[in-house]
Amino acid sequence: MRTYKPKDDVQKKAYYTDRFYVAPQVPKSDVESDEVFAKDLEAIKAKFEVLDAYIQVEQMVVWIKPEDNYGVIELMRDELEYTQLSELSAIDFIAQRDEFEIFYQMLSMNKRKRVRIKMSIKNGQAVNSVEKLFRSADWSEREMYDMFGIVANGHPFMKRILMPYDWQGHPLLKSYPLQGDEFAAWYEVDKIFGKEARDIVGPELRDTSRVDRYDSTRFARLGHEVPFGAEVKGDEPVTEQSYQEEGGVFLVKKLDKASSVVVDDPQR
Amino acid sequence: MAQIQNRLTPFFENITFDREDNELVLNFGPQHPSAHGQLRLMLHLQQEQIVKAHPDIGYLHRGMEKMAENMIYNEFMPTTDRMDYIASSSNNYGFALAVEKLIGLEVPRRAKVIRMMLLEINRMMSHLFWLATTALDIGAMTIFLFVFREREYLMDIIEGYCGARLTHSAVRIGGVPLDIQDSFIAQLKDFLEKLPQNIKDYEDLLDSNRIWRMRMEEVGHIPTEMALSWGCSGPMLRASGVAWDIRKEEPYELYDEVEFNVPYSDVGDNFARYRIYMEEMRETAKILWQTIDMYAECVKNGQTELMAHAPKYISAPKLDIMTQNYSLMQHFVLVTQGMRPPVGEVYVATESPKGELGYFINSQGGPYPYRLKLRAPSFYHTGILTDMLPGCYIPDVVSIIGTTNIVFGEVDR
Repeated sequence: MRTYKPKDDVQKKAYYTDRFYVAPQVPKSDVESDEVFAKDLEAIKAKFEVLDAYIQVEQMVVWIKPEDNYGVIELMRDELEYTQLSELSAIDFIAQRDEFEIFYQMLSMNKRKRVRIKMSIKNGQAVNSVEKLFRSADWSEREMYDMFGIVANGHPFMKRILMPYDWQGHPLLKSYPLQGDEFAAWYEVDKIFGKEARDIVGPELRDTSRVDRYDSTRFARLGHEVPFGAEVKGDEPVTEQSYQEEGGVFLVKKLDKASSVVVDDPQR
Repeated sequence: MAQIQNRLTPFFENITFDREDNELVLNFGPQHPSAHGQLRLMLHLQQEQIVKAHPDIGYLHRGMEKMAENMIYNEFMPTTDRMDYIASSSNNYGFALAVEKLIGLEVPRRAKVIRMMLLEINRMMSHLFWLATTALDIGAMTIFLFVFREREYLMDIIEGYCGARLTHSAVRIGGVPLDIQDSFIAQLKDFLEKLPQNIKDYEDLLDSNRIWRMRMEEVGHIPTEMALSWGCSGPMLRASGVAWDIRKEEPYELYDEVEFNVPYSDVGDNFARYRIYMEEMRETAKILWQTIDMYAECVKNGQTELMAHAPKYISAPKLDIMTQNYSLMQHFVLVTQGMRPPVGEVYVATESPKGELGYFINSQGGPYPYRLKLRAPSFYHTGILTDMLPGCYIPDVVSIIGTTNIVFGEVDR
């Protein structure tokens, strides 16, 4: 039977994990341990429902309900002096629980504190745009839409930002392979020559380790050097190569080729 | 709109003058010499004046965040070089610091000092590069030649340290791979001794230069609210009246032990940003002088450690790997499988030469980051062009793009 590979997460996986390995946690501390954060959390709790709150690596993380995001960030900006929205993006948890996590990274310059507002939304659910509060969200939300397909309601220009406007698929989803899908592989060919030209143009060679031994213009042909552009026939003399660091390396003896044995047959 | 006929305007048959819509849409870039890489601007013009600007990015998008999800932590380090390739060590450092915070590592003091030296040399290189290219955009060729000479000295020092001139990868998670070479301090001192005179030369060429001032003063004004709202950081924010420097306010490494000032201005135009870059170079020199003393102190106290000791995450020194079985096993596992940081999230911001460079890492306990978000300052400094350019004139666009100091490796990632 073929091993089951989940389709909604095609990213690279650890090829070996110990069966009994339990991953440790980055320590979380109570919000009460920091006066400033405790006060801020109090203010948020007075108006909105807070699902969870803790301090992790010197920053407060507040979990809120997705419909409150505009209100909470407005409160943070106007009353709690968090004057900058430094970053906003999403994390794909579709494979685990069909959800996205969205985070808003905020900075207060007066208090010298950073807070992360987090919320979970279902796959396919839209969020409220905070572009009216922070102009930086204009581009961040466009990037989030481009990369994850999460729509921000009320955004003035919800178009792709990094990928071309006519791109298909959202590259940072875990279901999107690193090499791109079929659309990505044939994007230029389809666009410039049309789909019928695929056979004529042929697929792009993306194998970086591929070396054409008869190509003397692009490859140095180490050990079999020929002048640039020369025609390679295959009967070039072998150039002896040896390298040893000046003065030798600690614990490593210099290789004496004459007295060493070359194993031609690995199966011997 | 049809032409309104009266006695004063002649009537042209078959021609309509669209008075309400006589905008010209000008496409600026992505192949424009002063587009600093691959910036495409769609400018709507009324005569020479811009009424609407629409920056279009993505021409250098390589999907670094996607690549990060498919690489072990150490493997990703050389990729960070390709973000802000003018000052690549600061990208390396930001990533290393984020992972160290995630793991909870303490880096040895000597490594910290070397890292600070590298960071400040990178800042200096970046600012020099900024000055050269911006002056060249405006048309001052001489300053470009002067500045690149100085930048070359710094590149030589860095090349002596790590062998690379542009993409350094000179920082590792947990410390630095090498001690500085013997000639490092002497070369750096040489450079720093000449620097005040050099900066003065640049200023003599530019400060009272009529053309420079006309192109810079009262051009590209950013009000404080706009700068804050757009998430501006670094010199862009400091020129708009907010004295915020992460090195000062949230000190990392040994920045709380060195003395330096944070230059800021409340004018907010191109000239203010230019002045801030010049002043920051002086401050950087000040920090570098202090790090030289700190390094000498480390040598005197016999602090030779360059990498943190954390066998679960960091390979042992080469000597141990070559002589001790257990270190070799650890090294093998760390190279083939990669370190597995604890489950959790971290956002770490550092002051890169361009502004706040942030790394957000979500780790699920595996050897690959589950999500890595790169917060690049230039991304927002490009976005602000949408609000900044309307009202400006076409020649201002070049000088404004110049002073925003955007690097497209970082904008598109």
